[in-house]
Amino acid sequence: MIVQALAFYLFAAVTVAAAFMVIVARNPVHSVLFLILTFFNAAGLFVLIGAEFLAMILVVVYVGAVAVLFLFVVMMLDIDFVELRQGFLQYVPIGAVIGLILVAELILVIGANSAGDASAAGSALSSSFPPVSEVSNTDALGRLIYTEYAYLFEAAGMVLLVAMIGAIVLTLRQRPGVRKQNISAQVSRRREDGVELRDVKPGQGI
Amino acid sequence: MEIGLSHYLTVAAILFTIGVLGIFVNRKNIIVILMSVELMLLSVNINLVAFSVFLSDLTGQIFALFVLTVAAAEAAIGLAILVVYFRNRGSIAVEDIHMMKG
Repeated sequence: MIVQALAFYLFAAVTVAAAFMVIVARNPVHSVLFLILTFFNAAGLFVLIGAEFLAMILVVVYVGAVAVLFLFVVMMLDIDFVELRQGFLQYVPIGAVIGLILVAELILVIGANSAGDASAAGSALSSSFPPVSEVSNTDALGRLIYTEYAYLFEAAGMVLLVAMIGAIVLTLRQRPGVRKQNISAQVSRRREDGVELRDVKPGQGI
Repeated sequence: MEIGLSHYLTVAAILFTIGVLGIFVNRKNIIVILMSVELMLLSVNINLVAFSVFLSDLTGQIFALFVLTVAAAEAAIGLAILVVYFRNRGSIAVEDIHMMKG
C-alpha cells in the first residue's frame, strides 16, 4: 500500500510540475514536450487507479497524435517567439487572482465532499479499490461500448471523420502556376493528336 | 496512507487551475492556449475516471473516452484554423483576430 501511495505522489507531483512548465516555458517546443510528460504521468495515474485501457489510449492518442500535431505546427510556422512573450508579466496578476479563486473554490468543494457525507456515500467513495474481477478493464469497457453505447461510439467516429475532413479542407490550397500530372488527359491522348504526317519533297525542308 | 478519491480530485483541480491560469498568462500565444485547453480536458478526464473507479461504474470511463475523442478533434481543427490564419496574416497574435469580420 505504501508503494502505491509513493507512486501516486510521484506521478501527481510530476504531472502538476510538468503542467506548470507547459504554461510558463519560454519556447513553445518545450511547452509541447512538457505536455507530453504531463500526459505520460496522467497515464501513470490512470494505471494506478485501475483504468489501463484509458491509460493506453491516452498515450496513443495524446502523445502519439495530438502532441506530435502540436509539435509539427509549432515547428512549421515561422513564429517570432520573443514577440509572443511580450506582456506575460502584465497578465500574471489577474491570472493569479482568478487561479486563486478557482483553486479555493475547488478545495472547498473537495473538502466538503470528503468531510461532509463520510457516513453514507463517503464510506463508499473513499473505500479502497474495488476487488479485481475476472474480466479485465479493457474487456469490461469493450463489452459496454459495443452493446449499450454502440450508437454513441459510432457518433464519436463521425466526430473524428468530420474533424479529419474539416482539417483537410481548411488546409488544402490550390497554388497557381504548379504543373501537375493530368492522368486522364494522358490516357485519352490519341495518335491523331500527337503525330502529324507531312509530305516532304526531296531536297527541300519543311 | 490510503490514496482515496479526494487525492485524485485534488490533482485534477490543480491541473484545471493551471489550465485556466495558462489561458490568462499566455494571452498572445494561441498555441499555448490550445495546450491549456488540453490540460483542462485532461483534468476533467482524471475526475471522470476517479469517480468511475471509486463508484465502480464503468460509464465514467466511457464518457472519458468520448471526451478524449472530442479533444483530439478539437486539437486537429484548432491547429488547422491556426495554420490557415498564419498563412493569411503571417502572425498568430491573438489580438489581431478581432480584425476578422464576416
